[in-house]
Amino acid sequence: MSVTLDLRLKRANKVYHEGETVAGVIVLVCKEPLQHHGISLSMEGQVNLQLSSKSVGVFEAFYNSVKPIQLISSNIEVAKPGKIPGGKTEIPFEFPLQTKGNKVLYETYHGVFVNIQYTLRCDMKRSLLAKDLSRNCEFIVHSQPQKSKVVPTPVNFKITPDTLQNTREKGSPPKFLIRGHLDATNCVISQPLTGEVVVESSDVPVKSIELQLVRVETCGCAEGYARDATEIQNIQIAEGDVCHGLSIPIYMVFPRLFTCPTLETTNFKVEFEVNVVIVLHDDHLITENFPLKLCRV
Amino acid sequence: DEQKWLRCSGKMLFSIKILKSSRFHVSRGCFRTHACNENTASFKTNLRAEQQRCRCEASPVEFGEYHPLKPIMVTDTKTRRGARKGSTSSSSSSSSSVPPSDPLSSMLDGTDPLSMFAAASGSESHATSHSSSLGRKKREKEEEAVGPDFEPWSSKRGEILSRFTTTEKLSINLFMGSEKGKAPSPGTSAVSEKVRTRLEELDDLEEGSQRELLNLSQQDYANRIEELNQSLKEAWSSDQKVKALKIVIQCSKLLSDTSVIQFYPSKFVLITDILDTFGRLVFDRIWTMCSDPRPLPDNFTVEDVNDTAKETCLNWFFKIASIRELLPRLYVEAAILKCNRFLTKSGIQETLPRLTAMIRGIGDPLVAAYARAYLCRIGMEVAPQLKDNLNRNFFDLLGTFRQISGETVRNQLVLQRVEPPEYLTLYSPAINWILQCIAYRAPEPLLTEMMERCKTLGNNALLLNSVMRAFRPEFVAARATDFIGMIKDCDESGFPKHLLFGSLGRSLACADPPESERLTILNEAWKVITKVRSPQDYINCAEVWVEFTCRHFTKREVNTVLADMIKHMTPDRAFEDAYPQLQSVIQKILTYFHDFSVLFSMERFLPFLDMFQKDSVRVEVCKSIMEVFIKHQVELTRDPVILNAMLHICKTMHDSVNALTLEDEKRSLSLLIIGFIRVVSFGRDFEQQLSFCVEARATFCNLEPVLVQLIHTVNQLAMETRRVMRGSHSRKTAAFVRACAAYSFITVPSLSSIFSRLNLYLLSAQVALANQCLSQADAFLKAAVGVLPEVPRSISVEGKLRSSESFLLDFINNFLATLLVVPDHPEHGVLYLVRGLLNMVQDYTWEDSSDAKVRVYISALPLLAAMSQESFLYSIPEVDSNETLYGGDPKFLSEINKLCETLIGQILDHLKALSRDDSARRQSALAFSLFAVLLAHGELRNNKLSQLAVNLWNLSHKHGHCETSMSVRTLESIKHQAQQPDTAHLSDTVQRLALQSRT
Repeated sequence: MSVTLDLRLKRANKVYHEGETVAGVIVLVCKEPLQHHGISLSMEGQVNLQLSSKSVGVFEAFYNSVKPIQLISSNIEVAKPGKIPGGKTEIPFEFPLQTKGNKVLYETYHGVFVNIQYTLRCDMKRSLLAKDLSRNCEFIVHSQPQKSKVVPTPVNFKITPDTLQNTREKGSPPKFLIRGHLDATNCVISQPLTGEVVVESSDVPVKSIELQLVRVETCGCAEGYARDATEIQNIQIAEGDVCHGLSIPIYMVFPRLFTCPTLETTNFKVEFEVNVVIVLHDDHLITENFPLKLCRV
Repeated sequence: DEQKWLRCSGKMLFSIKILKSSRFHVSRGCFRTHACNENTASFKTNLRAEQQRCRCEASPVEFGEYHPLKPIMVTDTKTRRGARKGSTSSSSSSSSSVPPSDPLSSMLDGTDPLSMFAAASGSESHATSHSSSLGRKKREKEEEAVGPDFEPWSSKRGEILSRFTTTEKLSINLFMGSEKGKAPSPGTSAVSEKVRTRLEELDDLEEGSQRELLNLSQQDYANRIEELNQSLKEAWSSDQKVKALKIVIQCSKLLSDTSVIQFYPSKFVLITDILDTFGRLVFDRIWTMCSDPRPLPDNFTVEDVNDTAKETCLNWFFKIASIRELLPRLYVEAAILKCNRFLTKSGIQETLPRLTAMIRGIGDPLVAAYARAYLCRIGMEVAPQLKDNLNRNFFDLLGTFRQISGETVRNQLVLQRVEPPEYLTLYSPAINWILQCIAYRAPEPLLTEMMERCKTLGNNALLLNSVMRAFRPEFVAARATDFIGMIKDCDESGFPKHLLFGSLGRSLACADPPESERLTILNEAWKVITKVRSPQDYINCAEVWVEFTCRHFTKREVNTVLADMIKHMTPDRAFEDAYPQLQSVIQKILTYFHDFSVLFSMERFLPFLDMFQKDSVRVEVCKSIMEVFIKHQVELTRDPVILNAMLHICKTMHDSVNALTLEDEKRSLSLLIIGFIRVVSFGRDFEQQLSFCVEARATFCNLEPVLVQLIHTVNQLAMETRRVMRGSHSRKTAAFVRACAAYSFITVPSLSSIFSRLNLYLLSAQVALANQCLSQADAFLKAAVGVLPEVPRSISVEGKLRSSESFLLDFINNFLATLLVVPDHPEHGVLYLVRGLLNMVQDYTWEDSSDAKVRVYISALPLLAAMSQESFLYSIPEVDSNETLYGGDPKFLSEINKLCETLIGQILDHLKALSRDDSARRQSALAFSLFAVLLAHGELRNNKLSQLAVNLWNLSHKHGHCETSMSVRTLESIKHQAQQPDTAHLSDTVQRLALQSRT
């Protein structure tokens, strides 16, 4: 006597905005009529914060996890205790995506220390002998488009041995001149990061040029705050000794879920940066950092 | 078994890691027990749980569902792996996950929500197979859009694979776990850990995450790649989309490896095959997702595509956009470029320039050039109307051209010990392809512009070469003089000029340059070609130019060219390595020169042939010449130049025959030689012709069909002589025809086929008779009779063993018919030859249950009857037959009668013998044929004979084996004859012939 419980959202991409209605169906498939003690459906959205072991120590990190921040929560009873006929049963449902009070629905974000997630959960209670069934389904919330116009604020850069900071080695680095520009540091999240980089000259051949997308997550807690930068992805844009003087395109798609519009709240912050990393053949690593401001339009 | 065990232990290791990370991933099978060992506490609870389950519930429930640690457990119960391995996993889904299930990572195991949607939408494998055929149809249509005059990539594949080979050892480095690096860096991250374990799980499938296959030969390498291609298809059909993607990524990563650089073009071909497969699979899958309720039209638009399909498609693009390495990201996105059609109208148009620009990031110029070729190819397939992109690729290529001579490349070449000229040729397929795409249906000005650009790049030889190969031959031919100038000007750094001239020659072979320039072109070109040192390079180039020379010039120029080739190829027997090219030269000459007197009057033609010293090749060449000769030499010839040369060629072919030569080969050689013999004619000079035949016999003694042909030719010659002399020979011609007969007489015995011999004896005897050579005819016939006993009882006909009886009977009947006109030899007795034949027939060992001997006797009766006539039915002019010799002498007649009696006696004995055993049917048939003979040739006025006839009739009808209709017709015919006044006696007989009534 098997039964399957499934949750299906109407939208294929599962993306919703505040004020919209999350609609879908609960699908129950069983061969024979099924006795149950009630079916309920709940919607929940919360921010999970985790402290980094780097900033507060291993044990604190483990025990002192910060309490999740509830963003939205609602619960409805879908069916009273009773019987479901055999075959496939579809129960449609709708949830208004509306916050109480002045809470804001942050955009879905999967990070390392900060996670913003929205889920639907369907529970079916059954008799003592049979196991309860439950089904989770994540849906994605996109924050409301920003009202003000986005100013792209392009940035030019030029990297030479002289412009380097934090050089770790004593000896003089090889000579090189790398120019380039980013078309925007105020980026629209749904559009790629673009720009150009030109290796004008380099004594040592270039081995690789990479774009490193970094998230900077800040969590506030009793002892102050922890700020950690971790890599989201690393995209190679040049491999090998590229032709000098030729502009190489900078192009990176912001990965879904792992990026969100730059977020700053009282308890936590999520910011993004991009590093242009140039690896020379003698394994010299030259990095140029650019803070980004992501937004949704 | 060991393999399985290894796999299990691999899984165990992996499970330990998970347990350590305080998260449980419950799978099934051996893993379970191992997990329990690791964590005894949980093992016990598991056990208890299991016992509990057994007590409470009869129905089997997923093990993990009862785990007491459930709340913090990820139960990924959609165990596709299990299912694949054949275990019966029910996938009841209940997952309560504390850690967020990462949507991206969940895509990794193929159970992402989207693919679940897809799975829900119907049995997919079925749909895919259906769609792939549809897809193929679609693809074909698209190719049409490009037009049949566009040489497709598929035709280049083989050429590249066979041209760029290596004997160096290759290696494949597949690092299937590469995406681990992509996971967010801190190992503490819940998400990344999960991604990692999933990936490890997938690696597990690969049996070891990193596979380095070293020391592969080229063939091994190709096989490995093909295996990967297969496993890609398998992974795809078993819904492991991510594994498929990983295979593709790993494969395209191999393209950044330029060790064993000589092999790179072939590697490119092999790997892009995989990419093509992948692109097709993805496109077809998304296409099927939209084919509900009815398939998408070929020219579908974005609006026709449903959301699920779009989302899946988008997912692919996002996934690919996050590939770390440049080259795989580029190649894989290019491979699924076509899928942009599902998302936006302008997608392809926007993506192509972006990918083109992306290639600038590839440092290695060779890798970049091939990436461009691939992009151009995909562009041509998907959106042939977008020409801009092709040009941009080419200009970028020109822009980075200086890299080829850069330091990095030079170091690499030194390291791999590859010479710059060889290195440069590696570029040819890629650049040729790009230029071909550009040149396809391109307006003239564009081509001119391209040419100018090449010029500005210092007439780079490599480019120039590609331009000549890719652009329309007409375009090149019209500017041939320009091109020659450019070739002369271009710096020879690394790229040899003979290759350039080779390419130019190839264009000129298909299109004609202006007439006034032709000679200059040839002179200029040959000036360079003749200076090429290496015989191999020389012949490769010269071969191409032969066509141009043959097309536009006379034998004088061709002769010069041939002389030059001989000069180059003879030292050190260089021709030994160049047979294919030399053969092709001959082929080309033969296409343009059909007049063999001209051809053989080229002084250097035969010496050129002498360079083919390997037997098989030489025969091959001779055969091709002969074929052309037979086809085009329609008029008979006596030209000594042709005859000498052809005899030489035919002799070469003949001499190649040995004990090991196959029957078929012999037959085809014979046919060719016979073809030659047939066109030889010396007109009225018969003696010359005969001596030619004598010579030919000596030359071609090993090929029997040729000898047969020669005998026929000589016989024909004799008859021709007779025709010229109007039947009466002069002394001289008589001697000549006797010589002809002698020729046949001594040639026939050398044949091994007995029936050829018999038939030729008979034929030659007839010819001799016709030419009044009585003693020769006698000799032929005697020889034939002498040969008869040698006839085997079965002969092989077309490879099958058959009884020779029917052939023999045919021959004997034919022979008997001839005997009528052969006059008896004065020194031998009456009917010497007839008796001789009949004796031979009697002594011959016939098959046991055969009536053949009696049949011969029966058919001898009409001959004897004919001989007893006052004047014979037929005779040969100028030859006195027996009718004249004996003039109806009663002695002669009684001799005949005696013979007839003996024969009939023999026949009747045989009939009697037949009645003894149960061979009534044979008896009936024989009796009936004897009856027919008697009726036709016998004197039925004679009572005895008429009685015999009646008896035979009755015998044949005795057992009812006679065909009634036949009997009826025979009766009718006899009755009809009986009405004639001179055969009225038959009416008596008729009355005594009773028809057997059917009871």
